[in-house]
This record gives sequence, structure tokens and C-alpha cells, in this order.
Amino acid sequence: MTNKEILSGNEAFARGAHEAGVRVASAYPGTPSTEILENIVRYPEIDASWAPNEKVALEVAIGASFGGGRALACMKHVGVNVAADPLFTLSYTGVGGGLALIVADDPEMHSSQDEQDSRNYARFAKVPMLEPADSQECLDFTRLAFELSEQFDTPVMLRSCTRISHGKSIVQPGEPVSGLPEPKLVKNPAKLVMLPGNARVRHPLVEERTVKLSQYGDTAAINSMELRSTEIGIICAGVTWQYVREALPEASTLKLGMVWPLPEKLIRDFAAKIKRLFVVEELDPFIEEQVKAMGIAVTGKEIISRCGELSPGRIREAFSKIGLAEAIHELPLQQTMSLPPRPPNMCPGCPHRGVFYELNRLKAYVTGDIGCYTLGFMPPLNAMDTCVCMGASISNASGIVRVLPPEEQRKVVAVIGDSTFLHTGINSLMEMAWNKSPATVIILDNRITAMTGRQENPASGFTLNSDVAPEVNIPELCRTLGIRYVQVLDPYDLEATHAALQEEMNRPEPSVLITNRPCCLIKGADRFEKGAVLEVDQGNCTGCKACLRIGCPAIEWKPDSENKKGKAFIDANLCTGCTVCQQLCKFNAIGRKK
Amino acid sequence: MSSAITNILLVGVGGQGILLASEILSEAFMLAGYDVKKSEIHGMSQRGGSVVSHVRFGTQVFSPVVPEGEGDIMFGFELLETSRYLSLLRPGATVVVNDFKILPPAVLLGQAVYPEGLADSIRTAFPDTLLVDGQRLAIEAGDLRAANTALLGAVSKRLAITDDIWRQALEKMVPRKALEINLMAFQMGRDLKG
Ligand SMILES: Cc1ncc(C[n+]2csc(CCOP(=O)(O)OP(=O)(O)O)c2C)c(N)n1
Repeated sequence: MTNKEILSGNEAFARGAHEAGVRVASAYPGTPSTEILENIVRYPEIDASWAPNEKVALEVAIGASFGGGRALACMKHVGVNVAADPLFTLSYTGVGGGLALIVADDPEMHSSQDEQDSRNYARFAKVPMLEPADSQECLDFTRLAFELSEQFDTPVMLRSCTRISHGKSIVQPGEPVSGLPEPKLVKNPAKLVMLPGNARVRHPLVEERTVKLSQYGDTAAINSMELRSTEIGIICAGVTWQYVREALPEASTLKLGMVWPLPEKLIRDFAAKIKRLFVVEELDPFIEEQVKAMGIAVTGKEIISRCGELSPGRIREAFSKIGLAEAIHELPLQQTMSLPPRPPNMCPGCPHRGVFYELNRLKAYVTGDIGCYTLGFMPPLNAMDTCVCMGASISNASGIVRVLPPEEQRKVVAVIGDSTFLHTGINSLMEMAWNKSPATVIILDNRITAMTGRQENPASGFTLNSDVAPEVNIPELCRTLGIRYVQVLDPYDLEATHAALQEEMNRPEPSVLITNRPCCLIKGADRFEKGAVLEVDQGNCTGCKACLRIGCPAIEWKPDSENKKGKAFIDANLCTGCTVCQQLCKFNAIGRKK
Repeated sequence: MSSAITNILLVGVGGQGILLASEILSEAFMLAGYDVKKSEIHGMSQRGGSVVSHVRFGTQVFSPVVPEGEGDIMFGFELLETSRYLSLLRPGATVVVNDFKILPPAVLLGQAVYPEGLADSIRTAFPDTLLVDGQRLAIEAGDLRAANTALLGAVSKRLAITDDIWRQALEKMVPRKALEINLMAFQMGRDLKG
């Protein structure tokens, strides 16, 4: 038997996939789900790869499942929006080899644009959903998900969240399953071709399946009733169960390992044993509303917020307000000083920085997108005006120009990263070219998916396993989509960037600018190379602060006590020699470090 | 209720090696036979933002996050970030803090000042505060990047874990070629007085 290990939820999901005999795993990165696939790479028997987006990832997994292999897809919560189309129909077709979809929610929006609750997708798509409460359960539930998938002929969703995926706890790994059937082609069009006639046959089976799964849940070990004091009983699941156990150690709990469909009989049994029943759940009143619909009296969102993460403290506070827990003692230290905040920032040498500096100078109206470059919104760059979802920058620009007078149309610039462009931006650019929207698009091609921790993408030249791969030629692709004006530019050259932007903004026709500097965190041949480190000549520095306007973390302003103007300094450990600050200095004060 | 659990918070700035330090800590507690849980937010934090990692150990640990006001030990990699999260600690908690400043954006731009006297104010609120020059120890050990393990060495004295277990945890978690320097930095931190 293998030794115990401390694993993150994501590492444990990967281990679970290995033990379950998964053949194919596909995903698109997204915090906090990204490391599942990155860890699956250590199990060479699994064919694991990044897909350009979540819809494609799920469809790759569906194909592998139809071929008879066990298949896994992983994504963050908003990824399911993109993958929803295949998901809903997959619910009708059912599976060949077992199929699991791991979705990682982000209550509190630590790194997301919304905190949608993916349990709603399970009910909406009529697909069972398991919710692990620690890393051991991430492993065990992944194994179980594949068994249930094959037993009930259904995809199974596994719901994680930031605290589960990025939390670590002790895991006892198990032995991989053996004796799974060999994948092969089996024709079954009545089940797999979802035309109306076939789908009408499948839908009632899906409804029956839900009833059977609910009955399974009544006795399944993953739904467990723990009776302690019968004064208070709490229905909860996942990491929230951990918080409840800590905040209210005396309370009885019904811990649900399967959060959809709910085990109605078990819930009724539990309710009958308890004086006051509660549901404690993060985000939506998902369990609570269903318990209420069973006609059972229960308290939930009356005392627990629908917004943000829970914690033992928040739960104890909610119960102390209704007199069911001791009040929390005063915190020992109230912060009296106001401390300067420390928001994330683009790295020193980031190729995105100069582009936003010039967009700001040109007073562009920037329809933004999601990636490291969204930080261009922050001061002092202040050069982003909208950001909705991946790919939206281009289509938002295309739409906004249609309501604007020509002199305002010129100001509209869409900014999008390479990974995001390939994810869903392509469709938007197709639309822009097709319908001749006179906006400018900048593709910030830093040759990597930087935001989520530097994953390869279809234009980066490598696969998940670091194998050399064909590279999408982004300029040619844009031309093929019908864009007549496509220019590649060096974002470290401010003058050229300014000129190109001005030229394309003035053009009453769609055009695309593509930057060509790699992310400064990717190393290796043909990728980022550090330039000569720069320094400020203190004799020449006049303290004009021009170099501060790019917000580079390597440049520090030190006020000078004698002459109030102060001077700039460059931190040689941080400077990458990108020269953007040097180009801003009119007094020749910035040069190579001697 | 949580008296059987020890709550450690590691705070600082993205890129300071906080995650590795918390991995080594967790590994050591597991090797010592405890239940361990650890939680942190990494996403935006990689880009120079503030980072908090929670490590909890005891006979049985439920929540992966330290309840507010119940932190027993604060392991601070940077003065401002240490000050920012002091409210997570219980009265009388221990603070081991790196005597080191990383200026946040507004300070770099000259729009805000880095507060003076943070070490003193931390010590006033938490008398059991140890100020460590992690950077100096790391340079003495041979590599500035080992500052996190030097600090970990200083923290290690407050925890009932044997030399042998610390060594095993470091050997497991630190990349081979950096191991020797990190073991040395750890020992220098561990040998500090106070
Ligand atoms: C539908 C969806 N999937 C995944 C994510 C997570 N995510 C945010 S930005 C991003 C990609 C950023 O890469 P790129 O566009 O190349 O910009 P960079 O960060 O490299 O500047 C990803 C995967 C998301 N926000 N939405």
C-alpha cells in the first residue's frame, strides 16, 4: 500500500482519475481548477491535453467516453457556461465509458468575475453532482463518480471550490482499478444521435434516472447522518461541513456527498430526529429550497449570506445572533492605522504595460477581456473600460461602434490576450470582419496563458506535456477571417505602438494589431530573454515622475528631504531591461546599469 | 474546542516563497503524526499581491482556514503584510516577522508612505514577537532565495518538532540542487536567540 501524502484537492482529483482508470482528460485552465490537469501529467497512461476552450474540452471527453474509455473534463465554474451546450445533451445520450466533469467554484471571487453556484447546472442539466469535503474525498469521489456514471448511464459532475481545490489535507492513496473493458467502436445511433425522435425517447429515461439516483442517495455511504445533540440539526455539504463541525461541534449533521439529486427519504428521517433544522450552504439556497419544497420546516438564508465564502467564524456569528451559539469574543486587535493596499500588478517587464500606457494617452475607450492584461484597468494605467467574459472584448467593440457617431467610433479599441482570442475571441473577430465594424483590435500575444499560471495554448507551440506542436499563425488567421489590416508590432517600442494604434484607430474599417513579446515569466529557447538592467542617473534625474506613469514595480520614487522633488530609483533585482521607462525619460537619466 | 489545534498563518507578498514554506511546515506536521490542513489563495497573488496561507495541525482538523482571532503563530515574510493580518491572531499569539519591506504600488508611485515603526507596533500588540533578518541569513547561507527557509528555521523553534523531522520535510520539499543552502539557512534561523 502506498504511503499517506498531503495532497491538494486538485492533486487528489488527479490521483483519483489515475486510480479510476481514466483514459482521456481534457480541460481549459481556470482558477481554481487548473492544477488538476497539470497533475494528471504525472500519470503517463492518461492522454491529457489542454483544449482551446471548455466546450471543446467536454466534447473531447464525450468522444472518448463514446469510444468506451473513461474520460474526464475539468474547468472553473464559468467554464461550464461555455460547455453548457454539450453538457445538456450529454445528459440525454448518457455515456459509454464513465464520464466525470469536475467544476471548481470560486465563492468570494478570489480570482473570478462572478460567484455563480454550479449546483444549479446539475439540476438544470439533470446530472448527478458529488461534492467532496477534503482531499481524501476528492480522490474517493472521483473514483465513485466513474462507477456511478457507468451504473446509471449518466455524466457525473464533481463540484469543488477554491478551499477544496487549493486546500491540502492528508490522503491515503489506493490501488488503481483493473479489468475495465477495452475501448472499441460500438454503433448505437438511437442513443447517441440526438434528433427529436431519439431525444423524446431519452428524456423520460433521464427523469427515471434522477429518481433512481435520489433513492441511491438515501442509503449511499457518501450521504451520512451524524447524530449528536438533537437540538440543532444541520444539512450541509463539502467544505461547509468542515466549517459547521468546527463552529457548532455539538450540532447533528446530515453531510451530503451527493448534492443533486437530494436523498429525500434520508432528509425526512434526519428532520424527524431534530428539533430545529437548518441548511448551511455557500451561495444559493440550493438545498434549502428543495427541502422547503418537501414541506419540511427549515432555516437557511434567513441567517446565512448568499454572497461570498463561509467560514467557521461567519457560521458561529450567524448562530450566535439567534442565540444558538456563544458570541464570538472581541478580536484582540482592531487595525487603527490605514495600511496602503497591495493589489496585484503586472510584472516588471510585462509586455502588456506599454500598450496600456499608449491607450491611455490616446484616450481610447477600451473594451477589455480576461487575463493578466485586465490589470491595465488599475492606476496609473487606467486604460480599460469594460470586461465581461472571455472573448467579449471584440464583440463588445463591434456592438458599441454601431450606436456611436463616427468621431467616437474611432476611440473604440478591443484588447484581448492570445489564449482568450483562441478560446472564444475568434468567433467575435469573424463577426467583426463579416459585418465590417470599424473598431480596432489588439491581440496581446505573449505566447502563453499567463493569468492562470502559464499554460500552453494552440499558438504557443507546445502541448500540455511540453511536446512540440503546430502553432496557430495568428496574423494569418486574422487575415483569413477577413481582416484586411493586420500589423505585428513590438510592444516595447512605445513610439511604434503609439503610431500603429493611432493609424488603426483612425481607419474606418476593422483592423488588428498583434504584439510580439513573450511573457517575461516564460523561460527557455525562443522565449523571454532578459535585456540589460537599467539604472537612474541621479545627476540627470529631474524628478519629473514621467517614468512612474507606467506603474512598474521595479521603479521606486524616493522623496528627497532637501529638494522636495525627489528622484526615481530602479531596483536592479526586478528590472528586466524592457526599456519602456527609458523611452519615457526626456532627460536621458535612464541607461544601462554600469 | 480548537484548543487541540495549532493555527499558523504565513503572510507576505507573492513571490516570497510562502507556499514552499507552508508546504514544508505541513509535511513536517504530517511526519510528526498530526492531522494537517492547509489553505491559501493563489491566483491573482502571483502578481505581487498579498498572500495568506493557513496551516493547521492537531489530532483532528476540520476547517482548512483559521477562524478569525484564533491564529496562534504568525509567520510574517514582510512587515506591512504582517501588520495587515494581525487581526487573525488570538491575544498573546506569537509573531515571527522578517525585518523586510516590499513597497506596494501606491508607495512606489509616491502617493502613499510606507508606515514607520511597524515592528514596534507589532511588538506592542504581541509581546512575543521575534524580528528576524531573513535576507541577511539567506545571503550568509549563500542564496537570497533561501530567506523563506531561514525564517522557517526561526519559526521552527516555537514548534515541538524534532530536528530529524524538519530535515526529512526539507529533503522532500526542496529541489535537490537548492537543498544544501536551504538546510544551512534553516539551521541559521533555528539557531537564532530569542
Ligand atoms: C470561461 C472562462 N474560462 C477560464 C477562465 C480563466 N481565465 C481567465 S483569463 C484566462 C486566460 C488568459 O490568457 P491570455 O488571454 O493569453 O492572457 P494573459 O494572461 O496571458 O495576458 C483564463 C484561462 C475564465 N475567466 N473564463
